[in-house]
Amino acid sequence: MNEPEPRPSTAPRRFETAAPPHAIPTRSVPAIMRRVLYALIPAAAAYTWFFGIGLVINFAIAAPAALATEAAILSLRRRPVRRALRDGSALVTAALLAFALPPLLPWWIPALGGFVAIAAKQLYGGLGKNPFNPAMVAYALLLLSFPIHMTQWLPPRMGDIDYTPLTAIEQVRYSLFDELPPKRTVDAYTRATPLDAVKEGLREQRSFQEMSATSLIGTFGGLGWEWVSSFVAFGGLYLLYAGIIRWQIPVATLAGIAVPAMLLHMVDPERFASAAFHLFSGAAMLGAFFIATDPVSASTTDRGRLIFGAGVGLLTYAIRTWGGYPDGVAFAVLLMNAAVPLIDRFTRPRIHGHAER
Amino acid sequence: MVDVTFERYLTGGIRLAANKTASTEEPILRGFIPPLLVIGLHQHGGTSAVPIVAVGQKVAKGEPIALPGAPPSTGVHASSSGRVRAIEERLIPTGTKLRASLCIVIETDGEDRRFEGGSDEPWPESREVRIERVRLAGIAGLGGAAFPTATKLEAVAGTCKVLIVNGAECEPYISCDDMLMREAPAEIVAGVIRMADLVAAPRVIIAIERDKPRALEAMRKAVTAAGDPRLAICEIPTVYPAGGERQLIELLTGEEVPSGAYPSSIGYVCQNVGTAYAIERLAARGEPLTSRIVTVTGGGVARPRNVEVPIGTPIHYLIEQCGGYRRNVVRLIHGGSMMGYALPADDLPTTKATSCIIAAAEGEVRESFEEWACIRCGECASVCPARLQPQELLTAAAARDFDDLEALGLDDCIECGCCDVVCPSHIVLTERFRGAKRAFAEHARRLALSAEAEERHKRRERRLKQIEEDRRAAQEALKAKLRADEEARRRAVAAAVERARQRKRRDAEP
Repeated sequence: MNEPEPRPSTAPRRFETAAPPHAIPTRSVPAIMRRVLYALIPAAAAYTWFFGIGLVINFAIAAPAALATEAAILSLRRRPVRRALRDGSALVTAALLAFALPPLLPWWIPALGGFVAIAAKQLYGGLGKNPFNPAMVAYALLLLSFPIHMTQWLPPRMGDIDYTPLTAIEQVRYSLFDELPPKRTVDAYTRATPLDAVKEGLREQRSFQEMSATSLIGTFGGLGWEWVSSFVAFGGLYLLYAGIIRWQIPVATLAGIAVPAMLLHMVDPERFASAAFHLFSGAAMLGAFFIATDPVSASTTDRGRLIFGAGVGLLTYAIRTWGGYPDGVAFAVLLMNAAVPLIDRFTRPRIHGHAER
Repeated sequence: MVDVTFERYLTGGIRLAANKTASTEEPILRGFIPPLLVIGLHQHGGTSAVPIVAVGQKVAKGEPIALPGAPPSTGVHASSSGRVRAIEERLIPTGTKLRASLCIVIETDGEDRRFEGGSDEPWPESREVRIERVRLAGIAGLGGAAFPTATKLEAVAGTCKVLIVNGAECEPYISCDDMLMREAPAEIVAGVIRMADLVAAPRVIIAIERDKPRALEAMRKAVTAAGDPRLAICEIPTVYPAGGERQLIELLTGEEVPSGAYPSSIGYVCQNVGTAYAIERLAARGEPLTSRIVTVTGGGVARPRNVEVPIGTPIHYLIEQCGGYRRNVVRLIHGGSMMGYALPADDLPTTKATSCIIAAAEGEVRESFEEWACIRCGECASVCPARLQPQELLTAAAARDFDDLEALGLDDCIECGCCDVVCPSHIVLTERFRGAKRAFAEHARRLALSAEAEERHKRRERRLKQIEEDRRAAQEALKAKLRADEEARRRAVAAAVERARQRKRRDAEP
């Protein structure tokens, strides 16, 4: 009974379909990782200026080790290798590890670090699945396994006139062949970091003010370190500006360090270092802007990020002040990583249209 | 006139490239009649209308061809004059998906002859009769869902705190409301006042996004001219999805519509500006809803513009009206670029839900669907207007953990697509959540089935037990009866023996 319909002037056209939304994504993982690496460049330049080429050597060794480990484990797991390598996360891990390691090390330590970092990620299922910050797992393992090597810090290239720093070539020779200039030992070059020296000094009943006058401490933080920290913070501010990290974690972490430091320093300025010294020495800035902000192992809710950051800061301060290590960022981050599932669960925001739970 | 500029922002939401300029350069094209109309009878989430015409019958423009089914439903009318060629099931685009619906196919005669048999009194006095008139006239929400307007009005009649008129039009590409507000502000405002009277709303807010300065200006003038103290114009920030019903209510009032409930439950009702225009055309001129403004745009169409389209126009005729396709067209989208869905072919008809047709060119829409792993960056959560945690929903959906999905508020996902756009891992989140919702519904259906089966089993057990008990009781009763009978027999025998004995004794006595 139905009649045939008139043909349209053109035949109906068929189209491929796809699920909405059709808008093109605005961000990508490789772009984020690339920007994190860019943000580290000013700090890397400052670090190299003050402490020599060690950072570059460490990165040059840790990065291929990390990439090779990633490729090896991915092919063992029968997962696509090239796409995962292109995401840039292994390079970021290697860069953060290189920043955490002391600048004067035999080659196998950063190599082992690169391997451990990626293994610590892949054993949990790869990018996005690892509960712990890969670079900090590697750093903590190396620190516990090779405490002597891992405390071979160099003094900044300023201040001490009697000190002849190693040239770039000498640093490379030490790293690759364990060779130093004739008749010199490693101890001739290494020095305690300002954090370490101040901690020792306080334990020996020297006052913080007295140490402030020495060449250990610069204008507001550890000598040399204050500049490296400032450039790290500068890179971190770029990440904030670019929308790659959010303010909650860095602010809470820095507050977690600064608030107790300020209070205790006010109570007893002799026995407790100042907040500025804490913020601008060691890994405080790196931890606050680049390590605690690793999205995979940090909390994902706004309130959770504040709690997570505050925890990292407070634990860092506690370990520095009362613990057995001069710096505590790595352990603080790892401890707070373990608390993330719990924090996330209890800080989920109220869903639209639901009553407060 | 109250004129408020809102600076408050939604929770979540994103700013998107509007892509609305191309389609707003020319006025609305009117008077277009396609050679064929395919008018769906089931264009919304309610029930289908019931056809009242026969194949071969001549129909006039505005003549009812189907009556509303059980509420929520609306009448359907011939969009132009012609002859009914077929009544058959076809695919039609509704607000969220394609659906097989009974359709009335009309071959038009180009005369656009108007139906004369309508009511003499288009806008009667009584509220109930008016609402019935709205239902019969086929008026449906023209924001994109085509939900029967009468049902929505009934739900708040008398309890309405604020009538919200939605001219936000937050979704990229769509500009039909913008153009209508520029060209027919007086009719829209008149329709708004009629709706406010209908639901006895003490206040009316007309919300328009800031990126439509010309629409805002025209509407401000029309509201001032109307001089109704209930009306207010609100300029709201341009952020997607500010025009979503729940988001708009939150933005304007700070109140949230409870999860799973309708806005009417807290005294609000949202109506699209196009719907207000349709009401005015019904009330002032007795015209049922036979056309709507459709934005035809995208890099794949030669002449993007807005067209007043008779309902049921096959899309290829509409594209022809706009200069045809460009060579680089890759996708045809029904709706905007965020919530609209891709059509498989262009011979599908338009419906009351067709606000926009995008002929997308290469590079204009997402074509690669390669993903990286989720890095838990939480961007998705920060843009989610429902304040969900998409990264956790993703894990729960992959694990088919229905308890978790429920706790994480899967049902509260409005499928706006913001999370997909900001995800650096390019994970197809919204489509996964749609899939999870379907799986959840299936899971709930199975749960209900198994609960029902268990109940049935329990009833059977009870029944069997009852039968067994009854049987046993009957047996006991029978046994008791037998025992009683036996006893009686024994007693009778004993009595007989006794009697015999006595008789013997008596006989023995001399």
